[in-house]
Amino acid sequence: MSNLIEINNLCVDYVSPNGVARAVNNVSLTIAPGETVGIAGESGCGKSTLAFAISRLHKAPALISEGEILYKGQDVLKMSDRELRAFRWNEVSIVFQSAMNSLNPVITIGEQLTDVIIAHKQCPYQQAYDRAVELLSIVGIHADRMVSYPHQLSGGMRQRVVIAVALALEPKLIIMDEPTTALDVVVEREILNELYELKEKFGFSILFISHDLSLMGEIADRIGVMYAGNLIELGSAAEVFGNPQHPYTKGLISSFPTIHGPKERLYGIPGNPVNLLQIPQGCNYQARCSVCIAKCRQIDPVLTQVGNGSLVSCHLV
Amino acid sequence: MDNVATPEVILSVKNLVKDFPIGQSSKDNVMRAVNDVTFELRKGEALAIVGESGSGKSTGARVLTRIYDKTSGDVQFKGQPLADYIQSNGSLEYARKVQMIFQDPFSSLNPVHTIFHHVARPLLIHKRVNKAGLAQKVYQLLEMVGLSPVKETAEKYPHELSGGQRQRVAIARAIAVDPEVILADEPISMLDVSVRLGILNLMSDLKDKHGISFMYITHDIATARYFAEKTAVMYVGHMVEWGDSDSVTQNPQHPYSQLLLSAVPEVGNRGRRDLMAKKGDIPLWRPDSKGCPFAARCLKATAVCSESIPDAVQIQPNHFARCHHLADA
Repeated sequence: MSNLIEINNLCVDYVSPNGVARAVNNVSLTIAPGETVGIAGESGCGKSTLAFAISRLHKAPALISEGEILYKGQDVLKMSDRELRAFRWNEVSIVFQSAMNSLNPVITIGEQLTDVIIAHKQCPYQQAYDRAVELLSIVGIHADRMVSYPHQLSGGMRQRVVIAVALALEPKLIIMDEPTTALDVVVEREILNELYELKEKFGFSILFISHDLSLMGEIADRIGVMYAGNLIELGSAAEVFGNPQHPYTKGLISSFPTIHGPKERLYGIPGNPVNLLQIPQGCNYQARCSVCIAKCRQIDPVLTQVGNGSLVSCHLV
Repeated sequence: MDNVATPEVILSVKNLVKDFPIGQSSKDNVMRAVNDVTFELRKGEALAIVGESGSGKSTGARVLTRIYDKTSGDVQFKGQPLADYIQSNGSLEYARKVQMIFQDPFSSLNPVHTIFHHVARPLLIHKRVNKAGLAQKVYQLLEMVGLSPVKETAEKYPHELSGGQRQRVAIARAIAVDPEVILADEPISMLDVSVRLGILNLMSDLKDKHGISFMYITHDIATARYFAEKTAVMYVGHMVEWGDSDSVTQNPQHPYSQLLLSAVPEVGNRGRRDLMAKKGDIPLWRPDSKGCPFAARCLKATAVCSESIPDAVQIQPNHFARCHHLADA
């Protein structure tokens, strides 16, 4: 079966006066049509950088130094500006983390929606306007709100508008970068319900980026876990949760107290995230790992398939 | 619980009300951020206040630290009305006993001062040590919150530390003056997921070993259950349900608590889940508003719900809720 997107050995560097920080290191990932792939990890692990790189929205000092991103076989990194413009939003759109910041505060949401449609489809205003009304109703917002400014909407409604903007051109892939992190749990549930319905209706793929593992476990088909730029485990959601292999994945899963079930002391992960400017030799996770052996301090582990079908990069599995 | 002597009440709050003026202040144009809140905080115990943004949970804490003045209600500290306590002991002494930890460790530390300065300052202001013993005390505190090597850490500036480490500095600063109560306002929500538990466990140890009482303000019900013995659920300034954390989270009785718990994402539980509430806006509460704040969204609401909010109903020895329809579950 052919993949919608295929990322091969992608490396993204941030160039700074203090050195080069590799935010995404040798990451390979595929997304099939209609699939939801989750990328989990803490801040600074490279998950957002990966998302931006896929549609080449990364900005200097970020630099894609190696790898390829194939969208339906075509390399996104080799696209001309013109091809890129046709590719972005028509094929891949992004829902950014903070809806407050991704909407223009001085333009009505109706205008922001029509603007996207006109810019990409070169259609008459009225047609774009009608489509904008339709999009708002798809995400459950009444057409009266076309004339509202972002500050007149609640956080949940703004996030819906941002999702409507992402849906505007019926893309095949929507990248969602922490889409519900800033929202209260009840509003988050409303957005998730909306998302499930939209996905059923339009069948797009989702690359879902979040640090919230329980949310990820609910929504994703496959989950990739990143640490310090590396993809360290990739597998089906059930396996990653039910049968985690990498010590970091195990630690991350046990960092979340549960609402039900026994109440016991959890330990999380000792230490602090590694500084990307001071990457040690060997495994990036060695300083925080409880089962680290001598080999881990010398040789970089590579992503290998293990018994349960997951790909894991650890010397000990 | 029954065979252990109940620990003494440190902080008790009765019918607390806090209004804020809105708009270009005419005197009557006010909103009620906290309405009729009553709770007790006992020694060495943690009370979690759970609610969504705008539910008044931070306002409550700020009234207790006297950042805001209360509009009405009684606050008692160690069995004395707060005003009397401050009159006889001074407000500095009260500030020493009731400390706060803020949500954002990136803005709660001063970027131009070293960690040493941050931890030393409360010690000097509250005259906890003499100059000669200062350094040793600072190192001891940093050690307590797990920031070793302490000498190196003390010389650093906030930007050289990660979020989790900064929050540990904020905790060291709070415990430096031997407080009896710490009000922690979303202390882990800005931190990396892998270090959150470390902070919660540190607070747990302080609670258990040093008998410090915590008010833990959060929107995350799972960590409330994990950290706190007691949990109170707030909605639009009202405490709608409270009691032992386990009882409240495993057996929620108020429709709003049930909604909150049913919305939490769960691994493997995929697909649309109908919310146990009508669509509706969160009301703006005013002093003359009537009824239950949740009535407009509640599936069980009847005429009586928009008329009055009932008194607390006891569900279990340590579990209360304010709802007219608790019986018709």
